[in-house]
Amino acid sequence: MATLRGKTSLTLRQRDTIIGLLLIAPSLVIIFGIVLQPILSTLYLSFFDADLGLGRTNIFLGLGNYLDLLADPVFWETIQRTLYFTLVSVGVELVLGLGIAQLIHAHPPGWRILRASLIIPWAVPTIVNGTMWRWIYNADYGALNGLLLQLGIIDKYIPWLTKPFTAMNLVILADIWHSVPFIALILQAALATLPEELEEAAEVDGATPWQRFWFVRLPLLRAAILVALVIRTVEAFRVFDIIYVITAGGPAFGTVTISYLTYLETFSFGHVGRGSALSFLISIITLLLAFIYIRFLYRPEERME
Amino acid sequence: MKTVLWLFAFVIVLSLILAGCQQAEQGPATVRVLAMEQAGPTVDEMNSIVAEFNEENPNVEVVIEYVSYDALHDKITTAMASSPPAYDVFLVDDIWYAEFADAGYIWDVSDKITPEMQENIFDAAWDITVVEGKTYGMPWLLDQKYFYYNEEILNQAGITEPPKTWEEMVEQAKVIKDQGIVEYPIVWSWGQYEAAICDWVTLLYGNGGSLVDDAGNPTFNDAKGVETLTWMLQTIDDGITNPASVSYVEEDVRNVFSQGKAAFATNWVYMYDLVNFNEDESQVTGKIKMSLMPAFDGGGVVSATQDGSMGFSIAAESPAKEVAWDYIDYLTSEDVQNRYSAHLLPIWKTSFEGEQLETLMGYSESNETTVPMFSEQFPYSYVRPKVTFYPEASKALQLALQEALTKSKSPQQALDDAATKWDSLME
Repeated sequence: MATLRGKTSLTLRQRDTIIGLLLIAPSLVIIFGIVLQPILSTLYLSFFDADLGLGRTNIFLGLGNYLDLLADPVFWETIQRTLYFTLVSVGVELVLGLGIAQLIHAHPPGWRILRASLIIPWAVPTIVNGTMWRWIYNADYGALNGLLLQLGIIDKYIPWLTKPFTAMNLVILADIWHSVPFIALILQAALATLPEELEEAAEVDGATPWQRFWFVRLPLLRAAILVALVIRTVEAFRVFDIIYVITAGGPAFGTVTISYLTYLETFSFGHVGRGSALSFLISIITLLLAFIYIRFLYRPEERME
Repeated sequence: MKTVLWLFAFVIVLSLILAGCQQAEQGPATVRVLAMEQAGPTVDEMNSIVAEFNEENPNVEVVIEYVSYDALHDKITTAMASSPPAYDVFLVDDIWYAEFADAGYIWDVSDKITPEMQENIFDAAWDITVVEGKTYGMPWLLDQKYFYYNEEILNQAGITEPPKTWEEMVEQAKVIKDQGIVEYPIVWSWGQYEAAICDWVTLLYGNGGSLVDDAGNPTFNDAKGVETLTWMLQTIDDGITNPASVSYVEEDVRNVFSQGKAAFATNWVYMYDLVNFNEDESQVTGKIKMSLMPAFDGGGVVSATQDGSMGFSIAAESPAKEVAWDYIDYLTSEDVQNRYSAHLLPIWKTSFEGEQLETLMGYSESNETTVPMFSEQFPYSYVRPKVTFYPEASKALQLALQEALTKSKSPQQALDDAATKWDSLME
């Protein structure tokens, strides 16, 4: 067969392989350079007592940084806050996103405008979004107090960001405003591909609108919901910029999430080793969350198509 | 095998190309500067100094960038991780000098300091940039917290003299509040930032307390410290302090005060010009006065405030150290400092002496007030400790203040916890 043609010339298949490898080589270099290498050096650093500074020697600690963190109550309080943030923001975003997606899917008058305007909050960079909400929440000249006062809901200005739990919920609100469009758009796109016949059949069989939603539409959306959930949960768990801008972790550490703690440890306090260990713990937890979702939501036999 | 070789060659060529892109271009030496946009000269003023310098020195190009104060420290530490460092010159707060000198980030410029500079610049200014006898930069911003009041509001309430003690301030504030002139007579920067420490130090030293003792051990959790923090909490409960202070930094204070929504405020010198003369920025122009920072009756001091000074330093690993020095030398020269003194007063003793003083006061309408005020207030200015672990220690103290102010811990408990943290950092 092809191998009989001689040793010097290459077969078509071999040539394809070479070209293929050549073509992906640049991306391999980039992936190694900007993804793999930093991950590996972070992992390496996480085993050392390493502080920022020139010409310093790092002291090997083995798992010391990890054990230290796991024994630190601040770490666990921060994890709790981060989980609260993730659970509430993603939960509300999913419910609202699903609602909006269905609204658009029903094609009410003006649905195109609705869909287009949905993009705006999502398109605003998170830092800008954070700055905007910081102004909105300002106790003395913020829009929120202005609005509530004019509507007669409050009779004097409320200092919004001075109680830890309130501040956390307000940061969540800002995050929801930013991210609902993302979920709504994914689910709306998925809805558009669903076969109409199933719902029509269910209707003929006498299913109520609620039953049609719960037993027909929702199961069909499972794959799209999974995608949206995985992406948003991972993002929410690593939330940083919106907190940095709105509250800087205050008041009284009430909005310090795990990424913010990592930032403080690494860049403000200069404990690179401990910060690296924190980053790895975040990665492990996010992987775990993604795994749980896939385990419970992903069922290949029900894939759309 | 051949495939692997090809691939290998390709990768090498590609990395060479990428490396080639990083080669520095020849031309005027570039000095990259990192400064801050907050509580000091405006960006326009800073840019205009850079333009003057570039004009006079065609072989050097200074490029300046700005960040907010609270981003500055972390921006510097990240920039120093690369080689060569991302900035040649950067602004350093007095509380970071010990840390940065210890980390080897900043260049020892002791040889550059002339006897004339040594003689004519305030000793307090040199304290900013000197660590263990070595000078690590040029002092530039010699600032302190000042006490501001809105004279119109005081007059409306029938008050003729600004308060000399914090107790008096509370009395006056109650009168102002009871007459319904403003809802919250005083606004502070007590947010979870360094700004909270600045207000806290002002009040603590005014009560005869201190942050640390001579050996550097924390003393802020003693009876004076607890009393001061309890007083802060009390002013919130009494409706005298704007409750949003717990989330505010200096710029929020300026905004609230500029709207005429507070009768009293503490802030750096830059606020005076903006609030009293700048009609785009303020609704209370012409009504604002400054007076000596009050102290507590039982504090045993006339006044106390927080020294918040900064210097410009050069990255130890910078390839352009000499020209970088030329820029710093220019920026901090007596002439430039005098001409740009509206939001920042000079570090030069000589600017405040004899005929020079007249000239300095004439440079801007705000200088007529701020220059004498500086001389009056500066003897009562307290510096924060210079320790290598300052950011972490400060964050623990910020947390303690916030825990007490949000009532999640008692003042004693919160300060004790911060002191314990501080002790552990000293080991």
